Amino acid sequence: MKKLGFLLQKEFRQILRDRIILVMIFAMPTIQLIILPLAANFEVKDIKVVVVDHDHSTLTQRMLGKLGASGYFRITGAVSSYQEALHYVERNDADVVLEIPVDFERNLVREGRQQVSLSIDAINGARASIGGAYLNSIIADFSQGTDLDIVRAAHPVPAGMPVINVTYNTWYNPREQYKYYMVPGIFVLLLTLIGGFMSALNIVKEKEIGTIEQINVTPIRKWEFISGKLIPFWLMGLIIFTIGLLVAWVVYGIVSVGPLWLLYLFAAVYLVALLGFGLLISTYSANQVQAMFLAFFFMLIFMLMSGLFTATESMPGWARTISALTPVTHFVKVIRMVMLKGSGFADVQLEFLYEIAFALVLNAWAVFNYRKTS
Amino acid sequence: MDAVVLDGITKTYAGGKILAVDNVSLTVKPGELFGLIGPDGAGKTSIFRMLTTLLLADKGTATVQGLDVVKDYRQIRKILGYMPGKFSLYQDLTVHENLTFFATLFGTTIEENYDIIRDIYEQLKPFSDRRAGKLSGGMKQKLALCCALIHKPEVLFLDEPTTGVDVVSRREFWDILARLKNMGITILVSTPYMDEASLCERIALIQAGSIMQIDTPDKIVHSYPVRLYAAKSANIYGLLKDMRDNAAVESCFAFGEYLHLTMKQDKGNAVADLEAFARQKGHTGIAVKEISPGIEDTFIRLMNQKNQ
Repeated sequence: MKKLGFLLQKEFRQILRDRIILVMIFAMPTIQLIILPLAANFEVKDIKVVVVDHDHSTLTQRMLGKLGASGYFRITGAVSSYQEALHYVERNDADVVLEIPVDFERNLVREGRQQVSLSIDAINGARASIGGAYLNSIIADFSQGTDLDIVRAAHPVPAGMPVINVTYNTWYNPREQYKYYMVPGIFVLLLTLIGGFMSALNIVKEKEIGTIEQINVTPIRKWEFISGKLIPFWLMGLIIFTIGLLVAWVVYGIVSVGPLWLLYLFAAVYLVALLGFGLLISTYSANQVQAMFLAFFFMLIFMLMSGLFTATESMPGWARTISALTPVTHFVKVIRMVMLKGSGFADVQLEFLYEIAFALVLNAWAVFNYRKTS
Repeated sequence: MDAVVLDGITKTYAGGKILAVDNVSLTVKPGELFGLIGPDGAGKTSIFRMLTTLLLADKGTATVQGLDVVKDYRQIRKILGYMPGKFSLYQDLTVHENLTFFATLFGTTIEENYDIIRDIYEQLKPFSDRRAGKLSGGMKQKLALCCALIHKPEVLFLDEPTTGVDVVSRREFWDILARLKNMGITILVSTPYMDEASLCERIALIQAGSIMQIDTPDKIVHSYPVRLYAAKSANIYGLLKDMRDNAAVESCFAFGEYLHLTMKQDKGNAVADLEAFARQKGHTGIAVKEISPGIEDTFIRLMNQKNQ
């Protein structure tokens, strides 16, 4: 036990002596929390529309006015033919072509129905479908509006065609702001990097420099050495987590709705699991480059499949299985539930068991493998 | 009881494809300064790693102070000092911090065993707050030796301690080893430098994983079975080729400015014969003399015999 104290003392001395790491401890949570929620934003805004108006009537003017006023669209051009409009799309000056047919107003008044055409650049699938849906709903809204009262008076909707209006409430994030979704996710990112990367690199460094040889010939026990390696990063992870919570509060005014102790409990267990993962990687790699690549490979999968950026619910079945097998997924879920919804321990019991299981399995595997290879 | 005993130790790598140590047996007496002499890749480091409990042998047994390297590895680690060939202390910790760290790992302090490292540590004192990574090569070696000695080991293993160290530091290092030996510490040292062999009490010549001869340096040199001659001329490379073509010459190797030769049948007039042969081949500046063999001559002779 006394030896573990000396090991910890030495580890902390080394970590604190590395100025870059010291700066990163404070800079990483702050910078990531400030930049990422603003940049990693899935809201679709500023969709560029080029209009091909063959009618040039008062009604089309009003419709385009409504489009421009919505805040989502920017009319980048008005041209006289569809071909010309396509050039806009080719040059990336437009995302959507809105074509209004000849005699749109006259025919609408006369027949009570008219069609417009939308052509959408679908290179960015999400942007295309969301943008198209917005445009659809704005045009639908317009056709319900007062501008078309005359048309509706002339052509009453036949009875028996039911109209269902949907109204909705958004809960837990009433203004649907992206930051509430991202900030808790970034906490996960931070702890994952500290736990997974830094611990793996640190242990492999001892192997690479050869200091582990010198340690191995001393009477020090394996568990002492491993604990001496993992405890500093566990503490550092919790410090960074705390800094992250403070930054989220100061910069975004986001305060956890649920209890803080629950967040810390999960962070503590999650870090143990990730440190085990880091240790495991270090037992399989001989140098820091190998460890970096291995860790990066898994981190990327963890990040993209954990539901950090995309909802796991919309993944195909096999992907959801993989997703459930990473410790990150459950942690992301819990952090969001506790911070935004105010879930209590009873709501996240199952996830807690998952994290405990990950912590046990990963560490046991790592320690087993560590024994075998040295 | 012998301090170190190896009995039929064999170690292979890459699933048995590479034979690193081939059935090695040797004993080191208590308080002895024993040298393991051989070129790079001879298996010296593998032997050290097995004796220091870092590597498991495929076959054979080994003991250090009567303790089995496999069964009693935990006790062995308390009584051995190991200095690997590669500098492996913490480069980002200072001299003093490194030493304190290794002392505490063995449950001791610098003060407690200061006697044993005093001579070496006095030289490091001016740099005690310097980070180990910023020390010169010789200083690093001294620090590594201090760290290996700080728990007062009974047996000291030094793996190529003088490789990459300047001539003056090498000499100093061997002086230090002689003093440590006088304190009663058994020392097992390996080196690729044949000139350092004579500084050991007994040596083992090792080549390609197996031991060719174990004895005192003097006896090894005297065991050289034939007479040895040195020859030189203005064109040393031409002379080497000509001498190797000479049917009467058994072996011929370049040794600095001289060639070292042995004859197939030595009738006592080899000096004159060799001179005549060189002159006949048109060499100038010829000098031929009989010399007493060194460790290196013995090593090469043994190596050739083994290869034939």
